[in-house]
Amino acid sequence: MCGIAAFFSKNSTYESRLGELFVPMLDCLTGRGPDSAGFAVYRDPAPAGSTKIVAQHPSLHYDWKSYFDKVGRVNSVKILSTHALAYVSGESEILRAAAEAADPAVTVMSVGSTIEIYKEMGLPCKVMAQFNLSTAQGSHAIGHTRMATESAVTTAGSHPFSTGMDLCLVHNGSLSNHNRLRRNLERQGIRFRTDNDSEVAAGYLAWRLRQGDSLESSLKGALRDLDGFFTFAIGTKDGFAVLRDPIACKPAILAETDDYVAMASEYRSLAHLPNIDKARIWEPEPARIYTWNKADSSLNLKAA
Amino acid sequence: MNFDLSQVKLREVNQALHDLPEAGVTETIHLHNPRGAHAVACGLRVAAKIEAHGPVGYYCAGMNQKAEITVHGNAGTGVAENMMSGLVRVKGNASQSAGATAHGGLLIIEGDASARCGISLKGADIVVQGSVGHMSAFMAQAGRMVIYGDAGEALGDSIYEARLYVRGSVASLGADCIEKEMRDEHKAELTELLSKADLPVQIDGFRRYGSARSLYSFKVTNASSY
Repeated sequence: MCGIAAFFSKNSTYESRLGELFVPMLDCLTGRGPDSAGFAVYRDPAPAGSTKIVAQHPSLHYDWKSYFDKVGRVNSVKILSTHALAYVSGESEILRAAAEAADPAVTVMSVGSTIEIYKEMGLPCKVMAQFNLSTAQGSHAIGHTRMATESAVTTAGSHPFSTGMDLCLVHNGSLSNHNRLRRNLERQGIRFRTDNDSEVAAGYLAWRLRQGDSLESSLKGALRDLDGFFTFAIGTKDGFAVLRDPIACKPAILAETDDYVAMASEYRSLAHLPNIDKARIWEPEPARIYTWNKADSSLNLKAA
Repeated sequence: MNFDLSQVKLREVNQALHDLPEAGVTETIHLHNPRGAHAVACGLRVAAKIEAHGPVGYYCAGMNQKAEITVHGNAGTGVAENMMSGLVRVKGNASQSAGATAHGGLLIIEGDASARCGISLKGADIVVQGSVGHMSAFMAQAGRMVIYGDAGEALGDSIYEARLYVRGSVASLGADCIEKEMRDEHKAELTELLSKADLPVQIDGFRRYGSARSLYSFKVTNASSY
């Protein structure tokens, strides 16, 4: 059991209240996942020619300046508890490789122009306070509360998982063919840090996207190649996507108004949202890809 | 009697409902602001009318006996699961596993029900005014299900002796579930169920589905398999 929440602003109405609205959503899902929690928040686009990198090291006294100097030309570094956010010159995946190579003890959380991923072990309320989520402003956030079933409770095993530039994945469920899939993906050059099945799903999407597939076709591939239970929420630079496996054992509920789209594992996590009484509320159908983005905020259904 | 769940703890409200006199109460009990809370009005054992004003979470009216519970909103997973008797009415949609393993009583869903509606049904009646999702009536043993709308994939998979009436389309029938003749006794049964549910009695277009009885009964030709 795990919990998933996502909040996406279709316009600017609630962008300044992202954290305030999102914190109770995720906190409400503590019962579904008290081990660890994490979230991706999309905000403060990096200036042209630079990239945002969030990285984690267990020590609160880690020398982040030296670390980022090894990664590239650093414009600024902001330390938030065990994580650090840096704006680095350059815009390519090469920066990710450099960040991963700079120190094996550091976990690279996210790389992109707007994404910032923060995750840690402990109760969701503790993790959200640790990274000041309640005051966050931005266009959207994707979060996860974890109750580990398949692998160890560690920071690296928490969600969201980064799947590429500005992309992340959260997962509720369990995959049964992850060991073989992990071996196949490793041969394709995808690196894994944990024994976690969800990391394999993230690695799978990263691999498909790297091959040049669109998010939709990568998710269609996931329906074919992933064996097991899943509800996924995927954060993208300007939107998010939701996908449930064909059996749809793992819960998901969506609410949409003129101003926002919100998704959660349980309705009660949405109950405090503005105008929820007037929202269109429904459960995503099995094996159907739902996507929203800023360019076209209306419901965009993709039958798989 | 009124309870505001934004002011009073759900546990206290459920305890108050459990403490109602065994003879039952005539006054309607109103529950305000359930806001998707789980296990609202669970485990009641007496005749009482309860109205929940707003969406409820998982297992609302679970294990119900005798009580008449109305939800003015949507219901989460497992509404009226394992109900023994009484009546549960959902004015909105219901999530998956509505009426799971229910032994008796009547569950009415005025909107749609999600996947696995009536899974392992053991004798209760379920009337859905909208459509139901995939794997509904899976392993349903006894009781009746009426669906005004459509049924998703694998309706009645591995069904035993429950009887299913569907007016809309059926995406596919599960293993050992077949369409059966609508005889006069079935039309009478359907009429009775729709009137009991206080819904329009329009039995035209309903088709009946049930067990082919080839999966769960012993066949002597399979003796060597044991």
